[in-house]
Amino acid sequence: MEMLQMLQDAGRGLFGPAWLTVWTLVKIMAIVLPVMGAVAYLTLAERKVIGYMQIRIGPNRVGYFGLLQPIADAVKLLFKEIIVPTGSSKFLFVLAPIMALAPALAAWAVIPFSNGVMLTDINAGLLYLLAMTSLGVYGIIIAGWASNSKYAFLGAVRSAAQIVSYEIAMGFALVCVLMASQSMNLGDIVRGQHGSFGMLNWYAFPLFPMFLVYLISGVAETNRAPFDMAEGESEIVAGFHVEYSGMAFALFFLAEYANMILISFLTSIMFLGGWLSPVPFLPDSFIWLLGKVSFILLLFLWFRATFPRYRYDQLMRLGWKVFIPLTIIWVVVVAVWMQTPFWLW
Amino acid sequence: MVLLFSLLPYPLSEILKGLLMINFETILFYVFAALTVFAALRVITARNPVHAVLFLVLAFISSSGIWILLEAEFLAISLVLVYVGAVMVLFLFVVMMLDINMVRLREGLMRWLPFGAVLAGLMAFEMAWVLSSSRTFAGKAAIKHGANYSNTKELGRLIYTDYVFPFEIAAVILLVAMVAAIALTSRRRKDAKSQAIDEQISVKKADRVRLVKMPPEIHARVNADRTAEVAR
Repeated sequence: MEMLQMLQDAGRGLFGPAWLTVWTLVKIMAIVLPVMGAVAYLTLAERKVIGYMQIRIGPNRVGYFGLLQPIADAVKLLFKEIIVPTGSSKFLFVLAPIMALAPALAAWAVIPFSNGVMLTDINAGLLYLLAMTSLGVYGIIIAGWASNSKYAFLGAVRSAAQIVSYEIAMGFALVCVLMASQSMNLGDIVRGQHGSFGMLNWYAFPLFPMFLVYLISGVAETNRAPFDMAEGESEIVAGFHVEYSGMAFALFFLAEYANMILISFLTSIMFLGGWLSPVPFLPDSFIWLLGKVSFILLLFLWFRATFPRYRYDQLMRLGWKVFIPLTIIWVVVVAVWMQTPFWLW
Repeated sequence: MVLLFSLLPYPLSEILKGLLMINFETILFYVFAALTVFAALRVITARNPVHAVLFLVLAFISSSGIWILLEAEFLAISLVLVYVGAVMVLFLFVVMMLDINMVRLREGLMRWLPFGAVLAGLMAFEMAWVLSSSRTFAGKAAIKHGANYSNTKELGRLIYTDYVFPFEIAAVILLVAMVAAIALTSRRRKDAKSQAIDEQISVKKADRVRLVKMPPEIHARVNADRTAEVAR
């Protein structure tokens, strides 16, 4: 803390009033670079975990235990040619991967990593997150349309319908959280789960159905297996990014994994008490948050290794006929429950 | 930055400083306003309907920037969330699926131009009238609030206390419109085929799979090969 203060003073002396901008940029880098590193090693973790689940070893040639594999992959993708298909809309074709990645990174602005440690502490944080995660679909739609390819277009249309449907269930699940915490500030939501009973104070207990709905909708929102209809390699080749190669493809890849990590952070913050310790006698720390996030990421990989892909009509049925009614009912249940003395959270 | 400024001649450095510090919000306002006007113009001039929809998205996002400058963050974020995140996605969905004939789309401009011009003039006049009338905004600067002011909370309080009946009535009207739209468009064809999802889900292994016990096929196979050899 003292070192931070000294750094602040030195910076203010050097940059004057522009220091606020410089300091914010430094903070943004301090968030984005670890996220990018986490994305790189999440791809390795995915290949390793799924490998072990299928009694294989996974990548183990590049570096000890395959640890340099993500770097080798990144270098390979950087040097590959980006092929722009004929008859495509060139500007939109290049814009699409950027549109996919930008909201995935912008959402990190309001994530609280520990008590008071966040880029911006805004009151409408939850709303901002919903808005940002709802923008990610544009990258996919634009990519599918600009590619001038049937497979890509089918992937884009599937993805648009899927994301719009699951967003509603996700939004209602978060409405329950904001009713329970009576705040849209993410820091306050975590602090609202603080109590003398450790993990029993987390919102995952009173809102357990919402926790499940949010987690499953999160898998659907990030287009991960078993809801990866937008890619569906056995049906529509690779879906929306079939025409992309090299770094343009890598940006879609980055966006998907950055979204996975984001959803894991959000689930931990909304339902699993964020940085709070699960037992009262241990101190709260950022480590707990990392542990919870890693567990949910493991669930993402586990789902992919376990479940076969949903059929499209089943996917829509689950979203509209199961999740949305369930969440609406639970909003009413929580509203009534909170008026009774049995609401302990 | 300050070092840089002090190198400049005196008035220029002062002007730059002034631009940077005092009027940063004003600069942002003009940037967003120019972007909104540009995007709105492109919506009606873009040749490709999909491009037009994307420019409409840009117009929404830049106007939500203006709303944030007015400290109306709830409205700004819900504009992005509802219009950009949901409504425009469905718009794009439909526009991308349509088979639009460009030539047919472009004819009849001269026929409809006078009507459109009258309509646009009327709207411009109304807006100018409302904005310049002394009862509404003229001469009033936007009130600045402190950092603790939550626009979301204030709006919520107003909607659920003073304006609860208009709000509820609007909600009911929307619900009626939705039910009516579904009732009008959802026509069930007689020969339509559908899946009984409940039956599909409640199916058991025993209903579909029958395990048959039978002896291994090795002998039969060997015998068959032998007869084939003899025949040859």
